[in-house]
Amino acid sequence: MWVEWHIALKFLRESGAQTLLIVIGIAVGTSVIVFITALITGLQDNLIERTLGTQAHIKVQPPDEINLTVTPPGNPALLTLEDRRAQRLHSILSWQDVVATLDGLPGVKAVSPVVAGPAFGVRGVAVKSVAVLGIDPVRYQRIIPLSKYLVAGSLRVGAGDTLIGRKLADDLGIRIGDKLRLEASGGRTAVLNVTGIFQLGVSELDTRYVYLDLKQAQSLLDLPGGVTVIDITIDDIFAAETYAARIARLTGLKAESWIETNAQLVNGLRSQSLSTVMISVFVAISVAFGIASVLAVSVVQRTREIGILRAMGGPRRQIQRVFLLQGGVLGLAGSTAGAAAGYGLVWIFNTFGPGLFYIPVAPALIPGAMAIATLVGVVAAAAPARRAARLDPVVAIRYV
Amino acid sequence: MSEPATPDTEVLRLVGLRKSYGVGTPVETEVLHGTDLILAQRDFAALIGPSGSGKSTLLNLLGLLDTPTDGEIYLLGQPTREMDDDARTALRGSTIGFVFQFHHLLPAFTALENVLLPRMLTHGRPRPDDIALASRLLADVGLAEFTDRKPSNLSGGQQQRVAIARALMTRPRLLLADEPTGNLDTVTAASVFALFRRINRDYGCAVLVVTHDPRLSGTCDRTIELVDGRIVSDTRHSPDAPLAAA
Repeated sequence: MWVEWHIALKFLRESGAQTLLIVIGIAVGTSVIVFITALITGLQDNLIERTLGTQAHIKVQPPDEINLTVTPPGNPALLTLEDRRAQRLHSILSWQDVVATLDGLPGVKAVSPVVAGPAFGVRGVAVKSVAVLGIDPVRYQRIIPLSKYLVAGSLRVGAGDTLIGRKLADDLGIRIGDKLRLEASGGRTAVLNVTGIFQLGVSELDTRYVYLDLKQAQSLLDLPGGVTVIDITIDDIFAAETYAARIARLTGLKAESWIETNAQLVNGLRSQSLSTVMISVFVAISVAFGIASVLAVSVVQRTREIGILRAMGGPRRQIQRVFLLQGGVLGLAGSTAGAAAGYGLVWIFNTFGPGLFYIPVAPALIPGAMAIATLVGVVAAAAPARRAARLDPVVAIRYV
Repeated sequence: MSEPATPDTEVLRLVGLRKSYGVGTPVETEVLHGTDLILAQRDFAALIGPSGSGKSTLLNLLGLLDTPTDGEIYLLGQPTREMDDDARTALRGSTIGFVFQFHHLLPAFTALENVLLPRMLTHGRPRPDDIALASRLLADVGLAEFTDRKPSNLSGGQQQRVAIARALMTRPRLLLADEPTGNLDTVTAASVFALFRRINRDYGCAVLVVTHDPRLSGTCDRTIELVDGRIVSDTRHSPDAPLAAA
């Protein structure tokens, strides 16, 4: 292969301007692919992080209560007209066992039992409807890192303590250390000491979420010892649906993944990924055509030289490899410059851009883009290389 | 070459060689009509004839650049007609040296690299003794000072001498030259012919030169005349007084 390399590099160096132009062309294409891929990946990571920052990957809930119909003996034809049962708040049966089972499941990062239900937050004459969430702070932190969202006070959810959202606090005029009265159904009430104010960044949650100690919430919602939801996070977020299905089978409970709850977001992300792939593919195709046309011209320009090489004892395969190598070298050189430029664009975006989010460059992106561009170069060179190899030396030598 | 070569060893034998162009089309034309020819190791022969007589066709055939329509070419006793392209290319690379009318050097390569080219094509990266041989050949053709020049920085005569050195790189048994002096002035042309004679004598290499110039063909030992695809005369003679080399 040494001689093929030697000749290929000499040829490329000799046709300087031509080589430079196509390398720039490939570089532009590669930088577009690198930048847009990094941008979209960054954007999607950011969206997912924001979405999943305030919700569990999988929520496990008790199955809906249904009417059971007793079939009378003798199998008579039976027509029933029934209304769906109103779903009261009820606990997951023997949730401790379920939590223990889920804890031991491979791929599951964190499991947190929660009791959740409706209540009113009352302060003076102001009344706000709120969602009461009774949590085990240590476990819950691993699902939603509350401490990250805390804007005032401290993360303390003991008996008689509560954390409330920023908007609720504003609406009720509450500051750290103030009292908040919660009224649940059935006339059960609790007066709590506000120890922390958080801002999740989702207005709905910041208006309604009130975090309590698990036991206190259980008694407020009249579910002593019970939990209504088990929150789960897993390692591979995109496998959430598979995990949800597995957990549902395993526990006989209802398991809902974030993909199901955020169907629109996921659909949007998928379309975005698809359009990124399409852009990359079309850019790669135009780069391939660029390389192919430059090499096709080069074969014509070098017809006589190819004839000489053949007359001097160079076999067809050698000539073919010379042109394949040129394609590969063009792809590699162009993509090296392009990857650097793409990286530069990402850096500029991160440093001087609007600062809405940070674009990380995946470690595999740059070598991947370079490998693909090199391969594209070799593939694009296939047709010109075959033509070069097929030249008849007699005709080629006399070519002027 | 491994086999012992004497001046009378046969290098090339053509038997009933025919070549037609446009075979199978209405314009099929036969250019060579059954040519027989033997070249021996010591031959320094000129191939002459008017334009269109088939000189270049014949040269391409016996240089294994082209295949005959009928007949056989024996190169060092080996029949070549049934060989595939790779085998022909390999045999061509190892036994035949070419010199063309327009030097045909690769412009991107220096004189030394152009001389090394046939060796690189068949053996890859040149070894120190290859480089030594190439330098010696360049010195032999009077270009010791020009090894690192690109062809564009050499005169026409110098370029042609690089091409001759390149043709000798594989230590060929047969040197084929197609109008090698066609675009050189007479003095330079004479020096090139003097160089061919020296190659023929010193390297023990048969030389066949296509030329138009009767003064130059007169310096050869043998003159083969081709007219309308037939050899009409094949004379051996002692060379005229050699033309003064420049």
